[in-house]
Amino acid sequence: MATNTIRLQAKLKDGQTEVKALINHPMETGARKDLKTGKLIPAQYIEEVSILSNGKPLLTAAWSFGISKNPYCAFQFKGGKIGDKIKLSWKDNLGETDSAEIDIKE
Amino acid sequence: MTNLPRRSFLKGTLATGAAAVAATVLPFSAMADWPKAAFEAKTVEDAIMALLGSPDTVASNAITIEVPEIAENGAVVPVKVNSTLPKVESITLIAEKNLIPLVAQFKFESDVVQPFIATRIKMGETSNVVAVLKSEGKLYVARKEVKVTIGGCGG
Repeated sequence: MATNTIRLQAKLKDGQTEVKALINHPMETGARKDLKTGKLIPAQYIEEVSILSNGKPLLTAAWSFGISKNPYCAFQFKGGKIGDKIKLSWKDNLGETDSAEIDIKE
Repeated sequence: MTNLPRRSFLKGTLATGAAAVAATVLPFSAMADWPKAAFEAKTVEDAIMALLGSPDTVASNAITIEVPEIAENGAVVPVKVNSTLPKVESITLIAEKNLIPLVAQFKFESDVVQPFIATRIKMGETSNVVAVLKSEGKLYVARKEVKVTIGGCGG
């Protein structure tokens, strides 16, 4: 399992919570060559992302290698409260996973 | 005869094991499978059909796509999609001329989530970024061109 790959932030402003996530991941297409060896670098990309608020799903996403390296994603929702738990999990095509949980802040 | 209880014991253990594995991969078990066919589609139309079940889309002014006019580095193109459509169920992002056009689908699992997504995508060459939104069972689409100076899809 991958560790410490996720930087997550959830800020409440004017009744709206903005969630921003940055994930450390190569998002390899499988079409890129290693410049030293000349061999193809195997595809490795995040396929699934899920974001929960206090255990309830807010957003799920299906990604491919069309998402940039070290993916960034932001979205907004209404009705969040300070201290609510926001949890993001990802899983890639090789079965690697990671998740992170934070509190909504002001 | 002694085999029988052992077998049923094994069967029971395996079933429990499978259940335990399923439990550890949550929350992904709650999601639909990764849409492989849609991510293998070579055209925008095929991708939309495979992913959303219908090729019928309506062009909509209620969708705003925010992208740079010129992207010097196609490997990192910031994209924001916003909408005033009601009850948006999903936002799908497509880069029209990428080898694999479908980039991502974001599904809104709750009414409280706003029809908005910001992310960064790769673009192989100058083309339209296409956003398809599912709202009240219908598919709405908007397009915006990005001029790509250096492609970002490998090579």
